[in-house]
Amino acid sequence: MQTWTNAFSWINIRFLLLGLKVTLFISLIVMVLSFIIGSLLGILRFAKIKYVSATVGFIVDIVRNLPLLLIIFFTYFGLPNFGFRPDVIPAAIIAMTVFESGMIAEIVRSGIQSVAPGQMEGACSTGMNFAQTMWHVVLPQAYKHIIPTLVSQLVSLIKDTSLATIIVVPEMTQQAQIVYGQNANFTLPMFVALALLYFVVCFTLSIVGNLVGKQLS
Amino acid sequence: MINIFTHFGSQLVVGLGWTLLCSLITLVFSSIIGTVLALLQMLPSKLVHLLCRIYIEVFRNIPLLVIVMFLYLIIPLYFFKINGFTAGTIGLTLYTSAFIAEIIRSGIQSVEAGQLEGARSTGMTYWQAMRYVVLPQAFKIVIPSLGNQFVNLIKDSSILAFVAGFDLLYQANAIASKTFDTINSYLVVGILYLLLTMPLSYYMHYLEKKLS
Repeated sequence: MQTWTNAFSWINIRFLLLGLKVTLFISLIVMVLSFIIGSLLGILRFAKIKYVSATVGFIVDIVRNLPLLLIIFFTYFGLPNFGFRPDVIPAAIIAMTVFESGMIAEIVRSGIQSVAPGQMEGACSTGMNFAQTMWHVVLPQAYKHIIPTLVSQLVSLIKDTSLATIIVVPEMTQQAQIVYGQNANFTLPMFVALALLYFVVCFTLSIVGNLVGKQLS
Repeated sequence: MINIFTHFGSQLVVGLGWTLLCSLITLVFSSIIGTVLALLQMLPSKLVHLLCRIYIEVFRNIPLLVIVMFLYLIIPLYFFKINGFTAGTIGLTLYTSAFIAEIIRSGIQSVEAGQLEGARSTGMTYWQAMRYVVLPQAFKIVIPSLGNQFVNLIKDSSILAFVAGFDLLYQANAIASKTFDTINSYLVVGILYLLLTMPLSYYMHYLEKKLS
């Protein structure tokens, strides 16, 4: 019991919460960046532009089918060979943005495809060009469809940030490792705390996502 | 890149073997556990339903890494010795089965209620109706999502690298630290991963189109 109260002293918990801050910070930046990049890639893939769409599709498929951990390793240990040496947090952000963009591109594309083709034709027949049709007619409806999927993607992104511990990013899992690295008795309490914190964040988000999804449909 | 293939061929094959073994074990067991969890939720008992929900939500909302590290570090501390491969495979199975349970549940729910009622009215028991009428339709609906989950599972098996599970990514790290040729080591292993996941993922795309 003594171990548990010691393990959950404010110093340790605060240390974990600092990690949570980094976790959420990375997740948020990656989400915003990959939302933009992913949307562009998804639209490009949908647009059926000769060669471009096929190439984009192929790259997206490659990225989606690689383990994120491999991409993180490649970014942090591989890129320095090209003369580009990112710091740990930027490296994690770059690697995860690459991966998430691929994921979101596919989600956006499926969202666009779920919009009835008549919408697109109707908008075109009013004289809008492709970009206008996309921006004013198709995308608003597509995003409405995919909000729940995007939220669950955000949840898995938050969980995936734990992988960045391999390149010693000071996010929550890493912070927990530092704590129980100093005192092995704290291993179990730290894992319980870690699981609890991740669970609270992710579960809340999932519920919010479900509620929003129900509201919209 | 060719050098890595020729010099470390056997090491890569070993890695591929462990990755495949882990994926296969996880595939089989998480399909079974996932289906059982999905079916248990159909029982009238509130308690069973609650327990299933807790299992599913807990494992869906905690990072795989935390689950695997937990098994790898905690079990030897209090119970018995466990190697990285076992801990990683068990962790991956627990994690994936929660996702599969959720997919199959949504499949069962998307089968019309009339199907079950119709089957019951022909004199089938509840479980017969499930087994012969509802589940076959449910599986057909969820095949694409299940396939995606299996692709994820192969990718997630790279978590073994964290706990010295000898899988492909672990071998990539070993080769990279031996040759200092990080780019090519990771590229080679990346290609091997793609060889595993890409055909599966394209086949699922094809099935999805065919079934819809």
